[in-house]
Amino acid sequence: MAIASNDSAMRSSNVTRMFIYLVLLLFALFYLLPFGIMLVNSLKPLSEITEGNMIALPREWTIEPWLSAWSTAQIGVEPTGLRPYFINSIAMAVPAVAISTVLGALNGYVLTKWHFRGATWIFGLLLFSCFIPFQIVLIPMARILGILDIAGTTYGLILVHVVYGIGFSTLYFRNYYAAFPTELVRAAQIDGAGFFQIFWRIMLPSSGPIIAVCCIWQFTNIWNDFLFGASFASGGAAPMTVALNNLVNSSTGVREYNVHFAGAIMAAGPTLLVYIVAGRYFVRGLMAGSVKG
Amino acid sequence: MTMMKKLYTGAAVVALSTTAVAAQEVEVLHWWTSGGEAAALNVLREDLAGGGVGWTDMPVAGGGGSDAMTVLRARVTAGDPPTAVQMLGFAIQNWAEEGALADLNALAEEQNWNEVVPEALQRFSTYEGNWVAAPVNVHSTNWVWANTALMEELGIEQPTSWEEFVAAMQTAQDAGYTALAHGGQAWQDATIFDSIAMGAGGPEFYQAAFVDLDPEALGGAEMVEAFNRMDTLRGFVDDNFSGRDWNLATAMVINGEALFQIMGDWAKGEFVNAGLTAGEEFQCFRVPGSEGTVTFNSDQFAMFNVEDETDQESQVAMASAVMSPEFQIAFNLVKGSAPARTDIDPSSFDACGQAAMADLAAAGEGGTLFGSMAHGHANPPSVQNAMYDVITAHFNGEYDAETAAAEMVTAVELAQ
Amino acid sequence: MAAPDPMLAGGADFRTRLQTWLPKIVLAPSFAIMVIFVYGFIAFTVYLSFTGSRMLPSFDLVGWQNYDRLFRIREWDIAVSNLFVFASLYIVISTIIGLMLAIFLDQKIRGEGILRPIFLYPMALSFIVTGTAWKWFLDPGIGIEHSMHLWGFENFEFDWIKDRDMAVYTIVIAAVWQSSGFVMAMFLAGLRGIDNEILKAAQMDGASNFQMYRRIILPQLRPAFLSAFVILSHLAIKSYDLVIALTGGGPGNATAMPATFMYSYTFTRDQMGIGAASAVIMLMTIAAIMVPYLYAELREKK
Repeated sequence: MAIASNDSAMRSSNVTRMFIYLVLLLFALFYLLPFGIMLVNSLKPLSEITEGNMIALPREWTIEPWLSAWSTAQIGVEPTGLRPYFINSIAMAVPAVAISTVLGALNGYVLTKWHFRGATWIFGLLLFSCFIPFQIVLIPMARILGILDIAGTTYGLILVHVVYGIGFSTLYFRNYYAAFPTELVRAAQIDGAGFFQIFWRIMLPSSGPIIAVCCIWQFTNIWNDFLFGASFASGGAAPMTVALNNLVNSSTGVREYNVHFAGAIMAAGPTLLVYIVAGRYFVRGLMAGSVKG
Repeated sequence: MTMMKKLYTGAAVVALSTTAVAAQEVEVLHWWTSGGEAAALNVLREDLAGGGVGWTDMPVAGGGGSDAMTVLRARVTAGDPPTAVQMLGFAIQNWAEEGALADLNALAEEQNWNEVVPEALQRFSTYEGNWVAAPVNVHSTNWVWANTALMEELGIEQPTSWEEFVAAMQTAQDAGYTALAHGGQAWQDATIFDSIAMGAGGPEFYQAAFVDLDPEALGGAEMVEAFNRMDTLRGFVDDNFSGRDWNLATAMVINGEALFQIMGDWAKGEFVNAGLTAGEEFQCFRVPGSEGTVTFNSDQFAMFNVEDETDQESQVAMASAVMSPEFQIAFNLVKGSAPARTDIDPSSFDACGQAAMADLAAAGEGGTLFGSMAHGHANPPSVQNAMYDVITAHFNGEYDAETAAAEMVTAVELAQ
Repeated sequence: MAAPDPMLAGGADFRTRLQTWLPKIVLAPSFAIMVIFVYGFIAFTVYLSFTGSRMLPSFDLVGWQNYDRLFRIREWDIAVSNLFVFASLYIVISTIIGLMLAIFLDQKIRGEGILRPIFLYPMALSFIVTGTAWKWFLDPGIGIEHSMHLWGFENFEFDWIKDRDMAVYTIVIAAVWQSSGFVMAMFLAGLRGIDNEILKAAQMDGASNFQMYRRIILPQLRPAFLSAFVILSHLAIKSYDLVIALTGGGPGNATAMPATFMYSYTFTRDQMGIGAASAVIMLMTIAAIMVPYLYAELREKK
């Protein structure tokens, strides 16, 4: 609360404050609009949508599309709705987020507190790996998954997400730990604490905010991924986004837009929840970490 | 030996039929995910279940099958191809060329596929004389869909020539309606262009330009004429056409906002779904100028090479089920297309379906049945998409007809 | 790192040496993964770009042919210039809006707890989810223009998405919508991290609000600017599903981007060689942006 807590420093006139509130509200409206369109249309019968005005409120409210998207909509040949794929996504996202976060934390710890020659280079290389376009890794990755015999499984997907998640998770933890007083680590070392003891007893307990940031970031990316999910998971193991795409993107069939929107909101549910629940820690974590440099 | 085999089979049957069920399984990669399509596919699944073959579903929607093809590449590269894959046109040939497809000759011979599948389709289902895919349907792409009430209101008869077609659209436009419902996406632009080029240049030109890729035809006078006609059509679509999904364009015809739509016969499902009947509330006729010819695309199931013998048996079972008349009828009734077999009784199909089947048979015999360029049945995907680029750029006003024809030559050259 | 003590006994010596090696052992798996899955694959792509690969990778070298063709394809020029327009507008606008919202939110705003997640949530959604809604919203026939007409603003016009020259700006709008809130969070974190004492001192010297921001606060936000820049350029270069969902590259191919181009040539058009060549160019562009940043950032850290 640098400025705000310092009332006299930044006291602004009432007119200015009104203006600020107005701008903030307008932007809130702008951010909410697309979601609003989705929500409104997910509660309309299809006939009202095809009639034309897609921004209007429903004349006849219905939750039918939601029920359909969740449990009866046709995803492929079976009318299962999105329900089973939801579980797939969780089975994929939770381990992938956990593993990449742990690896990122350890990497960040090594890179900042056990600096050795070439460490900066390794970090640079890791960071650049965040920017690889995923389209080019598709074919070689498929080959490697085939060799490891985990093609088409959830394990394969977890591996892929861990591999391409390490870059960002290392970046977050490294920047966070860089600001962590090295003296504490040295003192513990002199007291005879080992590598893992220091990590466990000294680093981890104060890593809460950055763990939150890292988990939010990874969870969002992994949950929303479509390309890998479609390419590396066979039918039964497909994640939510692939199922949603199958629901929404069928090319030559009748489109039930209301069901599509209901399904889309459902698919977005977990990430939305994470942002709303953990959003507070997000700013706090960023504050302590990556943007402080 | 036979005794042993008998014993063995007998024992297996006795042991537990469920083990046999579990052992036989097909994994099917497809992009038929909309309600109707998936329900139709379910017919096939139940067919197979009846024969003790399980079904693992692997749907990947999007991009008219291109996303599914991306996934297929990943799966094959991983050494784990699906047993059966929905495929279109040249993709089948390309995979066969890679040696990735299984041979269905024995079954084809037994069931006499050579006789019942039109030759133009066999061009895609066979590779170097061997059957590698089982065709499911034939979509014709040169259809006009029309709102009957609107035609009556405006006093429009079914047009039989390009001039009449234009006149009819002019009438509609003057009366304040949208003459041509269209969605400005590259493949939709190309779908229209396909029929228009056929009308403007005739079958020989179509063959020369789109199949043989003859530069003279590609840059010739007929091509310029085709692009000119596209300019005319551009004047009949509403301002808001760009990016619209095809089914929203169909909805415009259904709601009576628009008179015509040029689209493949999957559009019929939208009309039927809205409670309309073919031949009554809505009409279908060939794009004027292209009568007597049919441009088609055909969905097929290609079988991939698999090591396991039970898997191979499942593939044969699946191919056989796909080609069974019952499935061909059940599926195509839902899909709006015509069966790939020519020996199917048309009585259960509606007016448009029957017309499609009759046209198809006639065109097959007369040699005027062509794979559709817009739907990847005339040339390989690289060329097809290069043509898309030119067609869609021209339709969106980036250059005039002459330039477009010249661009067509360059684009095709670069894509080869 | 503590040097091994020669006075210690064998066991302890092993322990010490283990402690010396442990950090490297811990880092090794990540390093190995990165070498194989990132740099190995990049090398593979570079190799592919010199082969005549079409549907699947093949290994017949064709020299510079793919690059030669790539530069003769009209769509590639369009894609590159689109990316240039899109990325610069997107990064600048997102940064401005993000900074503005952060500064405004930092003024002891009532309801900050509600506003912040509203600004932030678009980052949580993929365009598979919001694409259709955006498309409708921007569509003059059914979206905002149509609604404005219904509400009586007959002259309201907003048909950019249908306009060849303007469509790329609608992609900027949607992209800004998605990430400006995220940028806001980064700046907000930066603002909250600034030492109050400095501000007080400046205030005593009689600095005005504007001066305070310009002279003291903004320079202190430099790390946040850099992080925002990196994340935004990363998102801009990778923008794929955004374009597919909104315009599919249209009208015509007016909104094609290098990422859509690459996907299309590699997977849809069976011209994997050209796709790989475009990927190499993309990677080089990323490197050209990232390497100076990394260099500056890492050197400074020492």
